[in-house]
Amino acid sequence: MTRTLQAAWTIARKDLRIEARSRELVYTTLFFAVACLLVFAFAFVRERPIDNAAAGILWVALAFSGTLALGRTFERERQGETLRALLLAPVERGAVYLGKLIALLLLMAAVELIVVPIVGLLFSAPLLRAPALLAGLLALGTIGFAAIGTLFAAMLVRASSRDVLLPILLYPMTAPLLIAGVQGTAAIFADEPNLALAENWLAMLLFFDAVVVTVALWVFGAVMTE
Amino acid sequence: MMNRLVPVLLIAAAIVFGYAPFLIRDSPAEDTMGVVFKIFYFHVSSALTMMLSAIVCAVASAAYLRRRSRTADHLALAAAELAVVFGAIVLITGPLWARKSWGFWWVWDARVTSTLVMWMMFSSYLLLRKYAGVGSETLSAAVGVFAGVMSPLVYKSVDIWRTQHPTTNVLPSLPPGMRGVWLWCLVGFLMLYVALMALRTRLAASQAALDDLHLALED
Repeated sequence: MTRTLQAAWTIARKDLRIEARSRELVYTTLFFAVACLLVFAFAFVRERPIDNAAAGILWVALAFSGTLALGRTFERERQGETLRALLLAPVERGAVYLGKLIALLLLMAAVELIVVPIVGLLFSAPLLRAPALLAGLLALGTIGFAAIGTLFAAMLVRASSRDVLLPILLYPMTAPLLIAGVQGTAAIFADEPNLALAENWLAMLLFFDAVVVTVALWVFGAVMTE
Repeated sequence: MMNRLVPVLLIAAAIVFGYAPFLIRDSPAEDTMGVVFKIFYFHVSSALTMMLSAIVCAVASAAYLRRRSRTADHLALAAAELAVVFGAIVLITGPLWARKSWGFWWVWDARVTSTLVMWMMFSSYLLLRKYAGVGSETLSAAVGVFAGVMSPLVYKSVDIWRTQHPTTNVLPSLPPGMRGVWLWCLVGFLMLYVALMALRTRLAASQAALDDLHLALED
């Protein structure tokens, strides 16, 4: 168990080191998220932002930019033809999956650290009303989204037309996570906040994450066989 | 065994479906919705058939991932296709009914939304199957397993989000005159489903055998 986690951390560190040197993913993903926010401003701002739009805007921007980052993390392995080497490594398959997942999560967290305050500023969302609850919703929602996304992105590495297949698979599958994230966040941002409801969604997200990560670990081992 | 059963099932289904319109015409009118309610008999039957097909697909996909049995793969493919077909029937008859009884074509309630999401999951299974290239059986099996696992979660999450659809307790509370007609239609749909499953699985097996021969010839 600890060996698996160690191997996962090694793989995550490798990805993060590549990222730290090029900063390609973090800059492009971040800028893409901001570009999404701009489009949302055209759609949802009349005199001021329409009521309760901020939660949806935030989560859609994160889901879109997350998809972009997902596609790219495995693109690197494909270009360097290193995926087979990674799978040949004498560690459990689960370690490869977890390593990729951890690296992606840290990347998305870095993006969220900047995008969330921007949403607060541009769409006047009350971020500080329940900061811990909001952070919890974002963290658990991102974990579930990335857990499904990492699995599908890994599966699609060798597929033709993977760029379009990834979002097609991802959005229906992550629907429960997105619903829980958006509704929980909207309950915090609402004019009459309902923190108990937000806590309910947080608990649901925890349950979803447990299911998703368990199934994804099993499926990853079964699918990535060559 | 299945091969001999298919014509029998198809003929029986044809008889059931041929007689169904007369039964539905003579069934008692519903108090509030009137004649529009009669779409219920096909709508709910095809929805249940879709559920069944989704479960078959998820179980067969898991079996394929575990044992790599090609039969399981062919079953999963057939079930995914039929889930999409019967789901399309549900998604077409639903709005027709909703327009008359709720006044809107589409309502984002739990059952409607989760049916749509489920239908999209199995459609993406088929898209992946068709366009992913080599190894798409394994990839789509993973999608099949995930679709099976996520569907209840989708339902639960949308259920908390919003609810407007008649709840499941409509079925046990159906008046006897309606229940008989509905069961008749359900049996028709299930027989059609089994026959189509058998045919589609056989087609998938033949295609795989043909591909094998093709490969053997090239070597």
